[in-house]
Amino acid sequence: MQTPVSAPIEARDWLRRRSRWSPFEILFWLATLLPFIFFPTYLPLANQIAIAALFAISVDLILGYAGIVTLGHAMFFGLGAYFAGIISVHGWGEPISGLLMAGLFAGVIGYIISFLITRVQHLALIMVTLGLGFLTYELANALHWLTGGTDGLRGISTWPVFGQFRFDMWGYTAYGYALAVLFLCFLLSRRLVNSSFGLALRGIRENVKRMPAIGADHKSHLRLIYAISAAIAGLAGGLLAQTTNTVALDSLSFERSADVVVMLILGGTGRLYGAILGTFIFLVARDQLAGINPQYWYFGIGMLLMVVVLFMPKGILGFLARIVARAK
Amino acid sequence: MMAGEDIVLRATGLTKNFGKLDVTRDVAIALPRGARHALIGPNGAGKTTLINLLTGQLQPDAGQIELEGGDITALAPANRVRLGLSRTFQINTLFPDLTPIEAVTLAVLERQRCAGQFWRRLASHNEAIEESFTILGQLGLADVATRPTRTLPYGQQRLLEIALALAARPRVLLLDEPAAGVPKDESAALFSVIAALPADISVLFIEHDMDIVFKFASRIIVLVGGAVLLEADPQTVRSDPRVREVYLGRGHD
Repeated sequence: MQTPVSAPIEARDWLRRRSRWSPFEILFWLATLLPFIFFPTYLPLANQIAIAALFAISVDLILGYAGIVTLGHAMFFGLGAYFAGIISVHGWGEPISGLLMAGLFAGVIGYIISFLITRVQHLALIMVTLGLGFLTYELANALHWLTGGTDGLRGISTWPVFGQFRFDMWGYTAYGYALAVLFLCFLLSRRLVNSSFGLALRGIRENVKRMPAIGADHKSHLRLIYAISAAIAGLAGGLLAQTTNTVALDSLSFERSADVVVMLILGGTGRLYGAILGTFIFLVARDQLAGINPQYWYFGIGMLLMVVVLFMPKGILGFLARIVARAK
Repeated sequence: MMAGEDIVLRATGLTKNFGKLDVTRDVAIALPRGARHALIGPNGAGKTTLINLLTGQLQPDAGQIELEGGDITALAPANRVRLGLSRTFQINTLFPDLTPIEAVTLAVLERQRCAGQFWRRLASHNEAIEESFTILGQLGLADVATRPTRTLPYGQQRLLEIALALAARPRVLLLDEPAAGVPKDESAALFSVIAALPADISVLFIEHDMDIVFKFASRIIVLVGGAVLLEADPQTVRSDPRVREVYLGRGHD
């Protein structure tokens, strides 16, 4: 059978087209600058969204791409937050190096944990991640001398970014800093999911049984992505510590682990932007619903989650993508 | 086994029990280079179990497996694939949401040990993509290379099973009912693709359709009750009274 010479080029083009920047993406990132100009009173919320979106991206990498379900990822968020906070309390408030160290710390712990994670699947996997989350939470609670326990970590002071930009009370620097870190980590994640490694992760998600049969050491892939994901979650936690100058136990809480999964499912897994969109919807809805009724705002989130799961199996972004594809 | 023959895959004394059930009993097989051997036997004879033992999905309770003279009995499945022992599955074991070009390129990259390069764009692995396209072309899948696997007709999914196995550049290819579920007229076409595989690949296939077996196999291994009843050329197998009794005589599915 003779294949036409042009065919491989078409296939390569098809693969390349999949990773090309679309106008939507450029518009999206330009829109993230809008709060600086039009909604300065919402800058602290925008900062929270940027940090939570980064956290959601870290979960998307393992859940959306590699299919590792987790209910304990706040563990790495909290480890990063406490690490960044504690080195600041002990005299090193330089934000960028502090943040990188926080991410590295969470990543190293993530790599160690990954050996346990790759041994289990399905319900056992969820329980192991949940259990590790509880352990870390109680550990931070018990180490009162280091973490401040239930009182939270106090006395964090973060130096100006590049020695120039002070963290102001309106949140200009905070949002700018968090947005920059989010964007850089997004670029890294985008490259990762469009690499051969990203393809291998999708292979694991689609059919883990086939992976050994094509000669893949899929557990080593899983360990690597788990460590990368933990590091990004640690960066998100570090950002929270540095931009709010507090770290409380709730950074390690089960609620944070569960919320981030809800955000991801709302937006749509396995597409990175779903993580950001879901976080935006979740936190804006919380902000608005809490204004109406602070006690029962999860009612609204519960409704939204059910509507999305029942009628938009690929999340809100997946739903939108289908409408756009149909319109073409 | 003839002396001096170039044996690529050799198993001796393979034994496997599931509890009290002996599913593989002291099986010895030897695949010469370029073989086109068929593995037949009634349902429950332990054919798939034997493939699982050879490829490492199952560990034998006793016995030894050698690939190109090296002992692979204790190796994990992925390591056996890297040494050139590749297989397909009776039930499609594909990547539903990946396209054939993605799936086969992944298999090529895993063989080259560069699937872990997370910093390099997938589209920049030109040689792997071209090789993958060549494999898809060999199997007549070039036209559907960029369609999601789950949308492909069943027969093409069966071919993709083989394409994935070929991406590992196997010396030995074990095909577990490659035409399972494929209509009879299509399965002949599928087997002519298998017959056209490079001559240096040794192929062992499980197949129920005796017409196909007699047409494409140069040698037939008959497995009954977990043990080899007979290994011979098609003519001998066809005329063997025991085979007629336990297998052909039954009017199998």
